Amino acid sequence: MVHTGIGNIGHLLIIISFITSLMAAFGYFKATNNNEVGKSPWISFSRTAFIIHGFSVVGVVVTLYTIIYNNYFEYHYAWSHASENLPPYYMIASFWEGQEGSFMLWLFWNALLGFIIIKTNRKWEAPVMTVFAVVQAFLASMILGVVIGDLKIGSSPFLLLREVLNDPIFLINPDFIPADGTGLNPLLQNYWMVIHPPMTFLGFACSLIPFSYCIAGLWTGKVKEWVRPALPWTIFGTMILGTAIIMGGYWAYETLNFGGYWNWDPVENAVYVPWLIMVASIHTMITFKKSATALKTSIILVITSFILILYSTFLTRSGILGNASVHSFTDLGLSGQLLIYLMFFLIISIIFAARVWKQIPSSEKEASTYSREFWVFIGALTLSLMAFQVLIPTSFPVFNAVIELFGGISTLAQPANQIEFYSNSQVWFAIAVALLSGTGQFFFWKKMDKQKLIASLTSPILISLLLSAVIFIVANIYDPVYILVLVAGMYSIVANSKILLELLKSKSFKLVGGSVAHIGIAMMLIGIMFSEGYSEAISRNTLIISKEWTDDQNQTNIPLFLNEPSFMDKYEITYRNELMKVNDIPGYVKKSNLNNTEDPYYKVIKQTVVIDGATYAQAGDTVYVQSPENFYYQTDYKDLETGKEFTLYPRIQVNPQMGDVISPDIKKLWGRDIYSFVSVKPYSEEDIEWSEKVDIEVKVGERFFVNDYVADFNGLEKLDRMSFVDLGPEDVAVRANITVYAEDNIKYLAQPVFIIQNGQVGKQPDVIKEIASKISVESINPDTGSVTLGLTTTQKDFIIMKALEKPHINILWIGTLVMIAGFIIAVRRRYIEFMQMRDKGIE
Amino acid sequence: MKKSSIIGIVVIAIAIAIIISTQNSASSYVSFDIAKEMAQNGSSKKIHVVGELKKNTVGQVIGVNPSPDKLSVSFVMLDDNNLEQTVYYNEPMPSDFLRSEKVVVIGSYHDDRFIADKILLKCPSKYEETEL
Repeated sequence: MVHTGIGNIGHLLIIISFITSLMAAFGYFKATNNNEVGKSPWISFSRTAFIIHGFSVVGVVVTLYTIIYNNYFEYHYAWSHASENLPPYYMIASFWEGQEGSFMLWLFWNALLGFIIIKTNRKWEAPVMTVFAVVQAFLASMILGVVIGDLKIGSSPFLLLREVLNDPIFLINPDFIPADGTGLNPLLQNYWMVIHPPMTFLGFACSLIPFSYCIAGLWTGKVKEWVRPALPWTIFGTMILGTAIIMGGYWAYETLNFGGYWNWDPVENAVYVPWLIMVASIHTMITFKKSATALKTSIILVITSFILILYSTFLTRSGILGNASVHSFTDLGLSGQLLIYLMFFLIISIIFAARVWKQIPSSEKEASTYSREFWVFIGALTLSLMAFQVLIPTSFPVFNAVIELFGGISTLAQPANQIEFYSNSQVWFAIAVALLSGTGQFFFWKKMDKQKLIASLTSPILISLLLSAVIFIVANIYDPVYILVLVAGMYSIVANSKILLELLKSKSFKLVGGSVAHIGIAMMLIGIMFSEGYSEAISRNTLIISKEWTDDQNQTNIPLFLNEPSFMDKYEITYRNELMKVNDIPGYVKKSNLNNTEDPYYKVIKQTVVIDGATYAQAGDTVYVQSPENFYYQTDYKDLETGKEFTLYPRIQVNPQMGDVISPDIKKLWGRDIYSFVSVKPYSEEDIEWSEKVDIEVKVGERFFVNDYVADFNGLEKLDRMSFVDLGPEDVAVRANITVYAEDNIKYLAQPVFIIQNGQVGKQPDVIKEIASKISVESINPDTGSVTLGLTTTQKDFIIMKALEKPHINILWIGTLVMIAGFIIAVRRRYIEFMQMRDKGIE
Repeated sequence: MKKSSIIGIVVIAIAIAIIISTQNSASSYVSFDIAKEMAQNGSSKKIHVVGELKKNTVGQVIGVNPSPDKLSVSFVMLDDNNLEQTVYYNEPMPSDFLRSEKVVVIGSYHDDRFIADKILLKCPSKYEETEL
């Protein structure tokens, strides 16, 4: 049955949420113009409208989730993002896999933040919420799904499959419901897909708060006062977005095998750029609060960071990145709407700012070189230039489009080696930022002149030089740029630690946020320098794997033959098994121990699985494999110096939507990560070249040899039913059970099947890669009581593996945590300040 | 000179430097004939070429030749001007390759061979299904 009701409810709720956001916007606009505060009529009206809006957004979310959760595949969204075999915790990821769902996530966060603003503010509610409500109207319009004439507004997630697809089946049977959805892309079936998008969108949503306060301030003439309530949210938003970015990086590092955590892909850049500007805006806002300067800069930066978030939304969702990025959304035909959204706020911001620009106080006299204002300003400038350098090439597709719009031809493309291109420039900005964050702190906390400056800087400079010298001798760093990074980073750590200690001594625990965050950033910088700059292939090899490959490829990949130890770095490594993950069985199960059934999600166990004395599956049991596209390649490592052993399971995913996806497995060691992956997908069974078949005749219980391994023929077994073949009443299927004794007392079970169907003979051979053999039943000879087996062999199973060493990457992750901690301390401090002022009735 | 003017000049100088360096490092989308011309003029710059795999009259992809060990592949590609070119790629064939509706190769000519360092694929069903 086609459930049309629930979709209609969802669509209705979207329309309600759109209309109520417009109503709230109008009401709050009126209230602002009438200078209304508290429980005045317009405010009460708009509050009600916004609360209805918020609840309808929640209703839309619940409705869509219900459709996904109940597998209503008559809906296009459920069909294209979910499937029967998806566990509930990934269904939540299906929700935001598509554009519409991610817009809803954004709407949801904005609504929630709007509630908080209504609850916590007294004087700012009307103008701030006007901006909020307008943003919500724009976002709701993206999923509105209303068609007026030729004009399509938004793309609704509640469209039925038959409304989207032009498939002839709907002409025959309009109520056709596909049995299964096409599912969440297996590559995204990962816990990061559950955490990373909500974090990112919360970060996006938070950037709206300072922007709204800023516009509210410009609008109502409170050009200075908006900074205090906006500041804690700016810091909070920057922390969330920063965490989301790092999470994305860690995700890429752990599963996506870009070879690193950051790839400078346009989609990544599109979030990195606004984040840098948000960081810059925090600094100028703090300066303004201390000394009433940098207000104009703060206004520009706050507006810019919000506009850049909209710009990045436009880049990733309009389809304009088309040829430039590997992972932007599909184009939903919303580019016009997105462009209007971006342009609307750009123009509104300029108008509001221009109207009162002359009244915005700015200090007449120049900031002294020995003042904090000067250094913070230089820091903000550096961050802006840092963002600019990334923004320009990321915008190439936009430049091309604009020039083509005016009839020109522009063919600018991303630099061919984008990682090198961006890194080489960004490193210099990062060095400058580290130096400034060290020095700036001294100016920030004390009045400085030349003497005092020299006095306070001497010891940090000496200590950091000394420490860097020790590190670069111990770690053998010779590259001059890296030495500079190290010195700058160490300097920032030492200088900020000095400030931190002084603050702790004076028991000003609340004030340490800045110095802690700076220490974190400097640690990240040093961690990035080591792990990327000194990332090296440890899988060195002198064999030529392929003549078509470059020398570098041949020398950095190792062929590993099954059960044959090789040596790499200080390890003895051995490829052991091709494995799969089976539900309810801990660890992995050998692929050769699983027989396929018609349903890829179900396999039959060949040999009983016993782990640590407990039996998890009996021979012949059917087991559930939740991700049949994943294969794991067990590689054992033995440290030749310490004798310690560990095992890595790099993965290859045969992804029906994207091809083969290689994922690494990482061994985290104290001073480095070992990042290993199977660099070339092993031969699939169809591609293996087999030797000529040899027939042998064996009797039950007889011992024989398969590819030099001892094997026992245990007997024949009649099958009543079997996979892939429909047995009729006259048909016969007989399975031979053969045990093969391989190295290390491992037994393999080969089960070739002999079938007589409609008088025709069919053979289903069994391939056991571990013994490089294929065994088939050629004939059954009742007169001699024996069977004839066909044996063919191939070369030993092998994988081609690559392993990289990522030194000191832990410094990066620890630095991230330190940075987040610093942000949290700072948010707390600034929020308390705001609350105190508000409770005094000032704000 | 005032300090703010100095800062202004420095910022503008850095911004210009960024733009120039970006300009120099930028690759471009070109067709095969222009790429060849660039290579003959001594440029070793990597360029992007957008196109499709060659297909026969019934729409099957032709001209794709993986090496015997399957560790590299060569294929015939038509750029947007329908110019044909054999492209060499020193990596295993991406397995979605034959289904791609659009191919972007990033690389350059080495003598007469176009060697791709990187291939981006646009597949009809990368994130959203369009057919039952």
